[in-house]
Amino acid sequence: MSNVTILKNKQNKPYVPSNLTIVLIFSLLMLGLCVIGSLALGSRVVTMDGLIDGLFHQQVQSYEADVVRKRISRTVFSLLCGAALGVAGALMQAVTRNPIADPSILGVNMGASLFVVCGMAFWHITTAGQYIWLALAGAAVTAVFVFGIGSMGRGGATPIKLVLAGAATSAALSSLVTAIMIPRSTVMDQFRFWQVGSVGSGTWSSISLFLPFLIIGILIAVLSAPALNALALGDEAANGLGVRTGTLRFAAAMAGVLLCGAATALAGPIGFVGLLSTHVIRLLLGPDVRYIIPLSAIAGAIILTVSDITGRLIGSPGELEVGVVTAFIGAPILIILAMKSKVRSL
Amino acid sequence: MNNTSSLEMISTGRRQRRLRGMAVTSLLALLACVLSVSMLLLGNTIYSISDVIRVLFGEQVQGVSFAVNTIRLPRMLAGLLAGFAFGIGGCVFQTMLRNPLANPNVIGITSGSSAGAVFCIIILQADRMVISVASVVAGLATVIVIYLLSRGKVFSIGRLILIGIGLQAMLDAFISYFLLVGAQQDIPAALRWLTGSLNGTQMHELPPLIFTVLFFTPIVILLGKQLSILELGEQSAISLGVNTDKTRLGLILGSVCMIAIATATTGPIAFVAFLSGPIAKRLVGAGFLSLVPAGLVGVNLVLAADLLGQFAFDYRYPAGIITAIIGAPYLIFLLIHMNRKGDL
Amino acid sequence: MKTTHLLEAEQIKSGYENKTVVHGVDLIIPSHKISVIMGANACGKSTLLKTLTRLLKPLYGKATLDGTPIDQLQPKQLARILGLLPQSPIVPEGITVADLVGRGRFPHQSLLGGWTKEDTKAVAEAMDIMNVTELANRPIDELSGGQRQRVWIAMALAQQTDILFLDEPTTFLDITYQVEILDLLTDLNQQYGTTIVMVLHDINLSARYADYIFALKQGKLIAEGDPSDVITSGIVKEIFGLDCTVIKDPISDAPLVIPKGRHHVKNEMRIRSSISSE
Repeated sequence: MSNVTILKNKQNKPYVPSNLTIVLIFSLLMLGLCVIGSLALGSRVVTMDGLIDGLFHQQVQSYEADVVRKRISRTVFSLLCGAALGVAGALMQAVTRNPIADPSILGVNMGASLFVVCGMAFWHITTAGQYIWLALAGAAVTAVFVFGIGSMGRGGATPIKLVLAGAATSAALSSLVTAIMIPRSTVMDQFRFWQVGSVGSGTWSSISLFLPFLIIGILIAVLSAPALNALALGDEAANGLGVRTGTLRFAAAMAGVLLCGAATALAGPIGFVGLLSTHVIRLLLGPDVRYIIPLSAIAGAIILTVSDITGRLIGSPGELEVGVVTAFIGAPILIILAMKSKVRSL
Repeated sequence: MNNTSSLEMISTGRRQRRLRGMAVTSLLALLACVLSVSMLLLGNTIYSISDVIRVLFGEQVQGVSFAVNTIRLPRMLAGLLAGFAFGIGGCVFQTMLRNPLANPNVIGITSGSSAGAVFCIIILQADRMVISVASVVAGLATVIVIYLLSRGKVFSIGRLILIGIGLQAMLDAFISYFLLVGAQQDIPAALRWLTGSLNGTQMHELPPLIFTVLFFTPIVILLGKQLSILELGEQSAISLGVNTDKTRLGLILGSVCMIAIATATTGPIAFVAFLSGPIAKRLVGAGFLSLVPAGLVGVNLVLAADLLGQFAFDYRYPAGIITAIIGAPYLIFLLIHMNRKGDL
Repeated sequence: MKTTHLLEAEQIKSGYENKTVVHGVDLIIPSHKISVIMGANACGKSTLLKTLTRLLKPLYGKATLDGTPIDQLQPKQLARILGLLPQSPIVPEGITVADLVGRGRFPHQSLLGGWTKEDTKAVAEAMDIMNVTELANRPIDELSGGQRQRVWIAMALAQQTDILFLDEPTTFLDITYQVEILDLLTDLNQQYGTTIVMVLHDINLSARYADYIFALKQGKLIAEGDPSDVITSGIVKEIFGLDCTVIKDPISDAPLVIPKGRHHVKNEMRIRSSISSE
């Protein structure tokens, strides 16, 4: 009797993580701070007046206001890229049922890079609209390849196997990238601009190019979240719950590839954002994929923007690639995860 | 009677394996000689052997002396010594940890040394001696950090490798940062520190490397017998009378010093430390200590890669790019093999 | 004939980091005999074995060989007297049987000296005793579990020690191979007088093959002596918490433990057991 009522209660009120509101408010607050920071900070620090002028008083023409206006597109772009990378990380972790999955660790970023470089060197492509398709193809091929190697043999895709497969593939691809690039000085310049430009290269046109991919990717992610929750119980249990695991895997993995491939095409390879954001959110909210996906998007946006600001500040008067900063703050997460994991699950 | 036949059988088998090991080692040494000589002969202009020999004996030969003494000889020596250091050091780690993946390339020791060296060169603008010391200290520090972090309740090689990969990502980020801050450094320098190259090695950079290799190679080889017992596992090794802690300390110290100094001289020539051990083991077969063969394989890899990079293509590639293109697919192949066997 | 040694444990307490497993054991290993350390899971058998063979430093007390604490002896010197076959030894990839057995010669070789005729002879002898000579030039990876175990023991024999410790040498083997291994070890003991100390899981095989038994319970030695004195229903009950009957093994006259359990017990046995328990 009492059992039934408890069940009913549960059905009426879906499970909500207890600290969801606090986390949500806090992360939105952080997001706001990031936006202000990203607009105001850099090799030239802007005053409050300049910031307000740049944002709201279109007619005011001052140097500071111009700087702020130039930073708007960059900020928007870094928020979107961060969101895409955060969701891509969450999706890949859910699909591989593996806490260490991330586009950079799985070598997917490098696959996208290689295809872009090939395009630059052999087909002389130059526009972001062309990069994006090549990057997507490269990301997809690499994802399949790495996952294929990582899941061979006993125990399926364990963290250690996936990470090693990803690291090996990354190493192979990056040496190919260098080999293709260095004899061709024009490609090298173009590639370095693409790679180093990172989120700084974000213009309104690249944002509009990026937006459809982001929307489609996030839509698929949100729609597949409940099924991904079931997948967390294992393939057989998920099947038993009526999930078509093959289709789900394919759709979710492709959404992940779409998101990180598009982000890589426009911003260059940026690592560890997905790993970091997903783990922070999982630590705060627990393992429910339905909450992890949207909040990882916010966390990813925050992490990438903060990294971008950091890169601008410590690299001043130039700037440090955002990928270097994220590797530096994200890699410790990998180390901590390795330290905490049980020997058997490696 | 039975005993004599079994004596025969055992000593024949032993002799055969030993013979194979010796033959392979000599062939590798011969190949290394051929490659070294080619390094001196080949270049923008090809010199005759007699010219090169005269120069090496101190004669002045118009045009040849400069090219050989200041460009080709240091380049050849750097390749020779660094290749040997990478090969033998990598093999020590792989044998000691009983896993071909556990080598200085994969677990970030070379990145540690690189980071130390780059820091001294770009930020401190220090001299040779300081750079050498810093890269050794950074290499050893990386080993210690990996060891401390991966200790856990039960030691697991998988955990150690994962932590090494994470650490490597951080160290590479450091290197990128140093290269960016030292804005006057151009792209070739960056490439050298990221992939390794023999380009532009100068004679005065070599003494630390020569000294280290000559000093530590005998030590590591002397410890080789202990190393082959250590391979049987901690417990067997202790009960066979090996002082495991001292042996390990000596081996790690020796191989890290060699690898670190080699890295400081040529940059981390990608995958040589990883490739040499498994190739040497396959060539000499099990049961023959493969440290020296591994060193020689390293020499051959580096010299061949440098020659290929210089002459096989329209553009001159640094040696590290060539070794990476050979090494990375082999790493993938090895992973597939290990996964199939269930070793991971 | 092997030399007689006095291997003694004095008040040994040992264990890991913050958990003591062996709580003060005194014992003397009988020379030229086969001794078995017996006890339930996690009673400290393996820990005691490791302490006696220097794999583990005792937390208190000491293990001495002929009066000298074993950690004060030169490692190689000790390794020429005392050998150990660990529970799960590691096989280097691709190594041949003869090479693996040859590694047992390490304590007899000097730092710079190479392989000698003496070494070949010792290896051949060890392989003959363990009946693995035909396998000499085959890689270990190709062998069956029973063959591997014989090769490992051969390696320990090539070490030519007077005392040989074995940590569960028969675990994971089929009964046929278990008996084969124990027979070979008995040959070794009888022909050469090698002192053998092992941890065995199977009480009945222990009773049959041991000359001397150490019975351990929760890290304490509760009985030692001849199998027929130590293996009684009372002591088995104390060590394993198992009700049993001990009869004479019809083949060897060694004690044979027959567990009672709750089912499939004949009626008259039921009555007798209930009487005896009253």
